[in-house]
Amino acid sequence: MTQPAKIFVSESSTPPPDAKQPVKPSVVRTFLRGRGNSAIADGTFKALVFLCALSIFGIVILIAWELISRSHLTLAKFGLGFFFRSAWDPVNNDFGAFPFIYGTLVSSFLALLISVPFALGVAIFLTEMCPKWLRAPLSFLTELLAAIPSVVYGLWAIFVLIPLLRDYVNPKLMFTLGWTGFFTGPNAGYSMLAAGVVLAIMILPIISSLAREVMTSVPMVQREGVLALGATRWEMIRIGVLRNARIGIVGAIILGLGRALGETMAVTMVIGNRPEIVKSFLAPGYTMASVLANEFSEATGDMYLSALIEIGLALFLVTIVVNACARMLVWAVTRGAPARVA
Amino acid sequence: MATQSLRQPLRASKVNIHTRRIKSGIVSGLAVLATIIVIAPLVAILLYLLKQGVTSLNWDFFTKIPVPAGESGGGMENAIVGSGVVLALASLIGIPLGIGAGIYLAEYAGSTRMGNLVRFTADVLNGVPSIVMGIAIYALIVLPQKHFSAFAGGVVLGVMMVPTVTRTTEEMLRMVPHAIREAALGLGVPAWRSVLTITVRTASAGIVTGCMLAFARVAGETAPLLFTAFGNAFQSTSLNEPIAALPLQIFVYAVSPYDEWHRLAWAGALVLIVLIIASVALVRYVVSRGTLKGAS
Repeated sequence: MTQPAKIFVSESSTPPPDAKQPVKPSVVRTFLRGRGNSAIADGTFKALVFLCALSIFGIVILIAWELISRSHLTLAKFGLGFFFRSAWDPVNNDFGAFPFIYGTLVSSFLALLISVPFALGVAIFLTEMCPKWLRAPLSFLTELLAAIPSVVYGLWAIFVLIPLLRDYVNPKLMFTLGWTGFFTGPNAGYSMLAAGVVLAIMILPIISSLAREVMTSVPMVQREGVLALGATRWEMIRIGVLRNARIGIVGAIILGLGRALGETMAVTMVIGNRPEIVKSFLAPGYTMASVLANEFSEATGDMYLSALIEIGLALFLVTIVVNACARMLVWAVTRGAPARVA
Repeated sequence: MATQSLRQPLRASKVNIHTRRIKSGIVSGLAVLATIIVIAPLVAILLYLLKQGVTSLNWDFFTKIPVPAGESGGGMENAIVGSGVVLALASLIGIPLGIGAGIYLAEYAGSTRMGNLVRFTADVLNGVPSIVMGIAIYALIVLPQKHFSAFAGGVVLGVMMVPTVTRTTEEMLRMVPHAIREAALGLGVPAWRSVLTITVRTASAGIVTGCMLAFARVAGETAPLLFTAFGNAFQSTSLNEPIAALPLQIFVYAVSPYDEWHRLAWAGALVLIVLIIASVALVRYVVSRGTLKGAS
């Protein structure tokens, strides 16, 4: 309570001497002059911060413009077919992005498959079951997962995760699930599966913290009502919480997908970087982001550069659409005005 | 829809209450298990990093520049300095723009259509992959100049800071009670001064934490620096030349075949993560102390 009083006194009592208000001459005149002066200053200030806000649009438009104008060579030569061709031959200027798109999609969906159940479990535990004293440290720990840089995940994956997968997990997968065709072939470690696992760890905190936010915004009355009808705790969570928060949870998952699609460094370090389409998850692959990371700085020739920038453009457009959808879904729940936003 | 869903448990009362309780118990157990499994890789990563990092960290790491492959010794002094230069430039670009946009959103735009559009664009920009940002800045700055530069690296990280700073600044400003603004305006303080010296100052702790959060986020970014700052094996502080950065150096060393370089990569990762976790923890401490809550 002492805090506001201090702020109020110290802040509001200093301006008058600074603002030069000699009340003596003519109150009306000083008031008018003061108003005239500050009108210009106010207008300038407002314009200045408005420009800052506009700069955000500027950045997005600039990115889009640069990407489109620099990729016109391949846009003109291959058209939309660029995204469905499997050739990748810089020597003969023959480019197609299909293997990369395939790799990005498969690794991202693999990541979602692994991480969504865990993320929802954590969110349910933290919002509905966790004792109060444990909540803050646990949520801090899951947020720490989000703070670890991508390159450190990659480093850890190369030296810990990949040997672990190669020596212990993959042989078991090949033995039990080999008949599906998804877990066959040489067991090199650097693989789609490794990329999926690393991505899953990386997007987990995003999904779980957003799902938590959405679930917290479900009114307590819902829970009390369902419990009063004699529901068990799980029934309360399912009927009272999850059913009301489902749109926002889907939004959280899509946001995680957006992050997984664009994730670069960790994936580049573990996926094996081979532009082939293989059914087995144990085989190496390539993603859109990692081909950019690997080949961009050594791209010689305008056509090669243009092809890479077009991949970047595709990544940009896809993540913008994915993020826009996710934001709308999350806002729909947390703002309580679903009809208008959608 | 709602009435139907509420009726279900009543109808289900034919089902034995024990089965329902057991089911509830199982699901609760699964949620606890999921939490434990999620915490496990985090603890594993941090412990392993600590073990590898501490044993390979020494004074040379902070004072020497890299040596050619095969020789032992050497450090990442140039990368630490380079990261400092690039991040300082990024902060110079990202923080003023972000705070300005945040002030606009909180003080002038409110929930107008324009305000919501800016908010939405900022959130979408936040989700654009960092590598795409890198390509755009490469096309904008590196291609016309025909050489990689620390300047381009700073610009790309600065642009990436803007959305985070904007949104946290706005949130913090919104927490400032209206009475304080009204008091300032009532005393005849011009609106712009009231914003800068009263509102922003009241929320300053929160705004600083927002800036640090954005800083911590871009400090670990590697992908956008690959073809803007590019990396440099030697000491350099010039904005016009390629410059080394800690995350870049970690990446190069991690994918190299030399044990000595792996050792340095672990040491670099430890330094990076300590910096980032320290700032995130500081942020949480400041926020949880509730400097803003006290004002309401």
